[in-house]
Amino acid sequence: MKKFFVIALLAILGFYLTIAFLQIPFGQNRLGQPQDEATVGAYYLNNTKEKSAVSNVVTAIVVNYRGFDTLGEVTVLFLASTGLASILYRRKEEEVERINKPSSSLLQTGSKFLFPLVVLLGIYVFIHGHLTPGGGFQGGAIIATGFLLMLIAYQKYHVSHSMLTWVESLAGVLFVSIGLWGLITGGTFLENSYFPKGVLNSLISGGAIPIIYIAVGFKVAAELTGVLDILLNTKEEKSVPSNQNEK
Amino acid sequence: MDFDFQNIVTISVYGSAIALILIGIYAVLIKKHLIKIVIGMSLVDAGLHLLFVAIGYINNGTAPIFSPGYEDAATNMVDPVPQALVLTAIVIGFAVTAVALSLVIRLYKHHGTVRIDEIKSLKW
Amino acid sequence: MIYVYTGAIVLLAMLLVYVALYAIRQKDLLYAVIATGVVSLILSIVFLMLQAPDVALTEAAIGIALTTIAFVITIRNTARYENDNAQSGFNNKKE
Repeated sequence: MKKFFVIALLAILGFYLTIAFLQIPFGQNRLGQPQDEATVGAYYLNNTKEKSAVSNVVTAIVVNYRGFDTLGEVTVLFLASTGLASILYRRKEEEVERINKPSSSLLQTGSKFLFPLVVLLGIYVFIHGHLTPGGGFQGGAIIATGFLLMLIAYQKYHVSHSMLTWVESLAGVLFVSIGLWGLITGGTFLENSYFPKGVLNSLISGGAIPIIYIAVGFKVAAELTGVLDILLNTKEEKSVPSNQNEK
Repeated sequence: MDFDFQNIVTISVYGSAIALILIGIYAVLIKKHLIKIVIGMSLVDAGLHLLFVAIGYINNGTAPIFSPGYEDAATNMVDPVPQALVLTAIVIGFAVTAVALSLVIRLYKHHGTVRIDEIKSLKW
Repeated sequence: MIYVYTGAIVLLAMLLVYVALYAIRQKDLLYAVIATGVVSLILSIVFLMLQAPDVALTEAAIGIALTTIAFVITIRNTARYENDNAQSGFNNKKE
């Protein structure tokens, strides 16, 4: 009965969603010509090249035009990792072996070989965030994946939490201080036009944008590694009272 | 001829995005298992991301990147704003999923079950 | 060219819906979680075809790797099968 009701509800919802989105023709140019600057997107496309000398427009939007939003976002990530740690808290004496069986030597050697390469790829991705697709979030996630490999392969591998905290805090302080420097010199938070801009499509270009994205990369890497470490270190508890018959 | 292809692409992209959203809501409403509910939430997320990116697409457009040699291609680029928004939303979605999953682990430790119809006492 | 593009989009969209339905219907949660990862994989290919390489890279890094791993860790800490706990509920009634 409930299933029938829900399916009817979803059918109505799907019908109206379809009607609504067929009004937005797929693939049609809704931006207008960038020179007219009729929409926000056209303004960004038209001005990014001159004003911030960044070739990846998405990076310019994420870091500069909507940089305040990004600051809020990394704060949300930080809050998520803190919340995870407080939800999955455990006492010191409850420390258990994370993985019962040692992993095979193939996995161990492979992860030891891959770990520096994965971290290098992540650093490449967020250093070139203003030139190629990618940036701080992607690079940080890739670095967290490298740490995840080591955490899975080695039982004794522990990420130092004080190091994570330091990296995370320093990156956050760097982000905010660059924003405040823009506030002092240019009058708005994260104002980029007073930083020296290089040549378009060279590694050192875009003023403060690459620096901010590198800071975001380190911050995201530290936060995601912290989340994975907390999740992996939760005590495996199979013998809870009401679940006696285990398979 | 071209119009027909356009229609097919429109229906398949929007249709799959809306179908993902509906499947996710169905899982959230019907399923009793908490992990299935979290999976449904992440499917709704995925559908919304596809919908956003699809709205910003322009036929025969290029990615919003000024590659070397193509620095004057701004007239032909897709809308960068939805892409930036979705970039943010994916990362936030992972944070939401991780917190939800940690709550699932915590509930399992306290009640010994992850089925919401078996969790009778609502005391933490 | 437009034939290939249209065919690929239609195929990927159908696959997306099929894999999502599989993820919802599967009783073995490990399979369901891997199917969710496959949804992210197909989605990142679709993003690449929709000229959004940044979003595709993010979805590939976060959606495929990190979200799947978080789900797998949760399954390791709880129960693997969806109807596994129904038996424990049965036991509760007997007590």
